[in-house]
Amino acid sequence: MFKRIALGSVAALALGTAPALADIDVKLGVLNDRSGIYADIAGEGSVVAARMAAEDFDAAAKGINVTIVSADHQNRPDVASTIARQWYDQDNVDVILDIPTSSAALAVSSITAEMNKIMINSGAATSDLTGSACEETTVHWTYDTAALANGTGKAVTESGGDTWFFLTADYAFGQALERDTRAVVEANGGTVVGRVAHPFPGTDFASFLLQAQSSGAKVIGLANAGGDTINAIKQASEFGITQAGQSLAGLLLFVTDIHALGTEVAQGLVLTEAFYWDLNDETRAWSERFEAQMGNKPTMVQAGVYAGTLHYLKAVAELGDKETSAVMAKMKEMPTSDPLFGEGYIRKDGRHIHDMYLFEVKTPEESTGEWDLYNLVATISGEDAFRALEDGGCAFAMAD
Amino acid sequence: MFEILGIPIQAFMGQLLIGLINGSFYAVLSLGLAVIFGLLNIINFTHGAQYMMGAFVAWMLLNYLGLNYWFALALAPLIVGATGIAIERLMIKRLYKLDHLYGLLLTFGIALILQGLFRNYYGISGLSYNIPPALSGGTNLGFMFLPNYRAWVIVASVIVCFGTWYMIERTRLGAYLRAATENPTLVGAFGINVPRMVTLTYGFGVALAAFAGVLAAPIYSVNPNMGADLIIVVFAVVVIGGMGSILGAILTGFGLGIIEGLTRVFYPEGSAVVIFVIMAIVLMIKPEGLFGRAS
Repeated sequence: MFKRIALGSVAALALGTAPALADIDVKLGVLNDRSGIYADIAGEGSVVAARMAAEDFDAAAKGINVTIVSADHQNRPDVASTIARQWYDQDNVDVILDIPTSSAALAVSSITAEMNKIMINSGAATSDLTGSACEETTVHWTYDTAALANGTGKAVTESGGDTWFFLTADYAFGQALERDTRAVVEANGGTVVGRVAHPFPGTDFASFLLQAQSSGAKVIGLANAGGDTINAIKQASEFGITQAGQSLAGLLLFVTDIHALGTEVAQGLVLTEAFYWDLNDETRAWSERFEAQMGNKPTMVQAGVYAGTLHYLKAVAELGDKETSAVMAKMKEMPTSDPLFGEGYIRKDGRHIHDMYLFEVKTPEESTGEWDLYNLVATISGEDAFRALEDGGCAFAMAD
Repeated sequence: MFEILGIPIQAFMGQLLIGLINGSFYAVLSLGLAVIFGLLNIINFTHGAQYMMGAFVAWMLLNYLGLNYWFALALAPLIVGATGIAIERLMIKRLYKLDHLYGLLLTFGIALILQGLFRNYYGISGLSYNIPPALSGGTNLGFMFLPNYRAWVIVASVIVCFGTWYMIERTRLGAYLRAATENPTLVGAFGINVPRMVTLTYGFGVALAAFAGVLAAPIYSVNPNMGADLIIVVFAVVVIGGMGSILGAILTGFGLGIIEGLTRVFYPEGSAVVIFVIMAIVLMIKPEGLFGRAS
């Protein structure tokens, strides 16, 4: 279950020439879905990303011995909690990375605070991680439900999709995504005419889609992710829902989902992402290296694991120490800068602020390759994309 | 407008029909399980993986060999059925004299290995398999838009289910099979090769799973976990219908599909558990299942 990648030997070699710094051993745990519905958006790719960060930072030469372990939380909060406790208690893990599946992420976030360690979340969506359930030891790197709503929800409502029906995955993530999108839709003059919560993970969405269809809403908001969204989009096309004039808004879509759907089915979908491999020369170069190891282009979740790890290592190197509160303070004090997310910063409540992008899926004619999938519609600045600190309800961040 | 339980009759009819479509998959899959359990006394946990393999073989035939859906519908069950026969010959046959539990553990293990292999090569996001051109589009029934492909799924499932039922219950071959279930030694004494019949029956049950997989390929994304998601529900269907009962598996499959479909309208959050609630109730009242014989 646990896979160890020891960079220690590399570190030992490099140390022969490095300045005699006090050696710091840091152990990073990549905790995510390695076999289920989110294994392609996170999975082994996130481990590869974390390893690339350690290598690119040249941690060994700076006196930091990085060990990376990984485990499969099967998208279950109970499994995630057990592994997190074992890692912190017995295996001396300092930082847990990634953790997709909001319910699991919320569980690990509070355990991390209790054990006074650090969680750098990339995979989970719920904005509660830096809102009502915020912790001083949590960084939420890549995206959240509020940013998705401010991207896709706002764009669709403004372009005339003013009546919505939600198809929501029935757990923490789906509920948060629906709640945040609903707020944006209503703030922009739209109305929500109905909703249906489906079991997670689901397979057949026909019943739910039919309910959405009979609601007469202009937009069917898919507040789910991964295989659920793929199946829902496929089946909506099969049942002639999109052809009859209702449009779909995939509120959380990853590049691997669009790749799986194909441009034929997905063309024209508008979506929000924090990262796309084809944004600029730096993202292309990094993605190429990633692809050489993983066989596919990286998702924003994997990109976030890379950038988060890099920033953490910078803070540790700067301090020459890995003590939790000092590292957290340093990470929030230093601006972030990396090839994938550009310039940004970590806000007091743990929210990483950076640009988000509104994309439209290319038509089969426009797409020149297997992974040539998006046209950039708009760049949304971090301040506009993410929820304002005072609206989040994070107690410790608002206290002073 | 005329309404049933607070929803318009048209929406209600639509939901019934969708329940029937899902029921088709339950019926074909639980039928295969019932056939295998009835004759081999093996609880075939590999069934979900074999369903998944059916869908993957269809995808491979199309993408590697250029053979379309109709070829896949005939070939995938044969290919996957043949792998089933190999598994039976090499492994399962050694377990007939042992407790059910051993067969269950073996087939469960095989399922995990198969899923792991496919996941390793094809990832989890799934592959897309298009609806065959002859069945694309749909018909407006007035109360709903019925995709032609879904109508075909119902028709094909009903034919296969009742064809199987007829073969087992009404033909000479079926009589041999049923006799061999009761008393294999005696049937063997009449000059019938019982072990070969058992092997072929397993292959046939597996072929049914693969057939369902091909039917499912254009509707769901073809992914390594597609069977794992379904198999537990299908087992519940078999238990409700009565382990080993052919007709029970078919009727329960369609019936539970409809009940699940309606639950999605009245209480969507409960649609994932409704079948298990029914299973619990049936087990309390009639432990041998609705159509099962008390042993």
